Amino acid sequence: MPDEHLQHGESPETVFAAAKLGLWTFLATEILLFGGLFTAYIVFRLRYPDLFHAQYQNLNRTLGLVNTLILITSSLTMALGIAAIRRGRQWMSRVCITLTILFALGFLGVKYVEWTEDFSRGLFPGTNMFFSLYFMMTGLHGLHVFAGISVLIVILVMSCQGRFSEQYATPVEITGLYWHFVDLVWIYLFPLLYLVG
Amino acid sequence: MSEGIANITTTDRGYLTEKGFWSWAYTLDHKRIGVMYLCTTLLFFLVGGVLGLLIRLKLMYPGEQLLSNHAYNVIFTLHGAMMIFLFIIPGIPAGLGNFFIPLLIGARDVAFPRLNILSYWIFVGGILVVLGTLVSPMDTGWTFYTPYSAKTGAAVTALSLGLFLIGMASILTGLNFIVTIHKLRAPGMSWNRLPLFIWGMYATSIINVLATPVIGITFLLLAAERLFGVAFFDPAKGGDPLLFQHFFWFYSHPVVYVMILPAMGIISEIIPVFSRKPIFGYWAIAYSSLAIAFIGFLVWGHHMFVSGMSTVAGVIFSFLTFFVAIPTGVKVFNWIATMYRGSISLDSPMLYALTFIFLFIIGGLTGPFLGALATDVRLHDTYFLVAHFHYTMMGGTVMGLFAGLHYWFPKMTGKMLSEKLAKIAWAFIFIGFNVTFFTMFILGMKGMPRRWAEYPPQLQSLHIVSTVGSWILAAGVAIMFINFIRALRVGEPAPANPWRALTLEWQIPSPPHTENFEEIPVINDWPYSYGKKTGAKDA
Repeated sequence: MPDEHLQHGESPETVFAAAKLGLWTFLATEILLFGGLFTAYIVFRLRYPDLFHAQYQNLNRTLGLVNTLILITSSLTMALGIAAIRRGRQWMSRVCITLTILFALGFLGVKYVEWTEDFSRGLFPGTNMFFSLYFMMTGLHGLHVFAGISVLIVILVMSCQGRFSEQYATPVEITGLYWHFVDLVWIYLFPLLYLVG
Repeated sequence: MSEGIANITTTDRGYLTEKGFWSWAYTLDHKRIGVMYLCTTLLFFLVGGVLGLLIRLKLMYPGEQLLSNHAYNVIFTLHGAMMIFLFIIPGIPAGLGNFFIPLLIGARDVAFPRLNILSYWIFVGGILVVLGTLVSPMDTGWTFYTPYSAKTGAAVTALSLGLFLIGMASILTGLNFIVTIHKLRAPGMSWNRLPLFIWGMYATSIINVLATPVIGITFLLLAAERLFGVAFFDPAKGGDPLLFQHFFWFYSHPVVYVMILPAMGIISEIIPVFSRKPIFGYWAIAYSSLAIAFIGFLVWGHHMFVSGMSTVAGVIFSFLTFFVAIPTGVKVFNWIATMYRGSISLDSPMLYALTFIFLFIIGGLTGPFLGALATDVRLHDTYFLVAHFHYTMMGGTVMGLFAGLHYWFPKMTGKMLSEKLAKIAWAFIFIGFNVTFFTMFILGMKGMPRRWAEYPPQLQSLHIVSTVGSWILAAGVAIMFINFIRALRVGEPAPANPWRALTLEWQIPSPPHTENFEEIPVINDWPYSYGKKTGAKDA
């Protein structure tokens, strides 16, 4: 939702406040999008506790933990990137954004290894209710990580063009908000799927 | 500018001056985007209307006459899906809302103009995908209930994705409006001076933003069930078809308020203008919009009384449903109190506004018949429901849209409509509508089930009455559109303020200039000081 365009003469403060409110509203819609899946999780977890207990053991907890650490670290680098541009430290900011992108790619890489492992063991979205939830939840989350990477690349390019400064870093800040949200969803998914036993 | 709530001057040129396809396709102007939305949605209103006429035509005879049963299933599905998703939901909010929200709050544009045009093209993309499914058309009804929708050979997967895109456009538009209303109000445009159309649109946008994602995920799950065999709605794998209904109605019930709240906002603007009286109960009308939006989220289960849901849940949902009637009643009483001892002129916008109130009262009062658990078991899925729905949605929302179109046409196009043609069209629409749909109440009481192609011969006479009514209604709509086209070609130029209204959009030229306001106006009064010296009353 970055919209730095000032054709109508609004003050930079208004533009920043609008962008921020816009992104928070967007995050509310995201919560409801994932909310459908969390609702389904609650419904079926209560209905089939034994199935969930039996099936979660098929997941690779080590890789899940590694991915959790990767994402938390990426949130840290993102926050550092924002802090850097706020102090006008262009290069520091670019390095942090690049690190965030690399961590995000690493997350998707680990996810790819996990899914391949699942498929090779005959675990598919249609296998049972637990794996329907697992694949839909991690899949939708993965799509959000992918979207995040795309936006971060755009932000990196804009940063290299010198579009941001101490005075103006709205796109970086709201991308950061979005990225923390993606991280936060995973913080819920990890225990619900990998640690339910 | 003696009558306005702010002094406004402008020297810019009209927003319609620039010509050519690309000047529209790439535009960032909320007015042009609004016009594009309006034309797109009205096109599907006409297409959906023709499908409705086909349904009525076929139902003159029971059984497989004129159309095969499959063709009939496809046509009523398309009628419902097009009218709901391509016309009523985006019609007033994205069409009139886009055009008038910035004008009414004294802004130059919406908060995110590029997001606005993006959402329009996402909407068009969604429409193209939906139209693409016509190669293997839907026969599920517009509600797409599982398990049938997960198994039918129709193109449900593609349709789900198309509707997902259309939903995304709704979300982005709603988000844009919320931020616009919060951040871009002109100086002095405090919340207690906000026109009531804006309050209605604000409540609508909140529902759009909070409910639409749920139908989004539902469509994704439905598509995933068909593509990957996920288990959510499939009983054979431990899934639950009722979960689909819960998800579906968690969106689709609140969304009827997405349809009706903007129409109520339009009525709240028109009634004081044509009664020359300040709006009665400003805060009651403003807050009742928010109340409807809030309560609307708690009543979805009343669509599922006979679905096999638990009786306790049914009783609770039934109880909660009655609460929606309160803020709705508050609005109707306030409109009537506004008109009381007013100096009423029956110009076409007012005529449609009164029609809205009349038909919506009938539609509204038949709601409790369906919301009450006991009577619903009898009336569920009969024509009583179809009649109730059309009285609220067509008698309500569409009449509100017509009122808004007649009210704002001079502002949008700079041309005056023919009042005479408008009134002739109104008479046809009013008579045709009631003949078509009141008959359906009776059909429903007699037990005629919705969506059936077959019926016993003793119901045929009523079906014929309803079908003839649909032709009168169609004639009225045709005259109305002829009036629009005639006015665009040879209509008299519209003055800036033909209705002597006080809201901001009437203080600038017709049609408005690209930048709306030369200088952002400073607001010093609320917009409803009719029949008094200006500046005499604040909210």
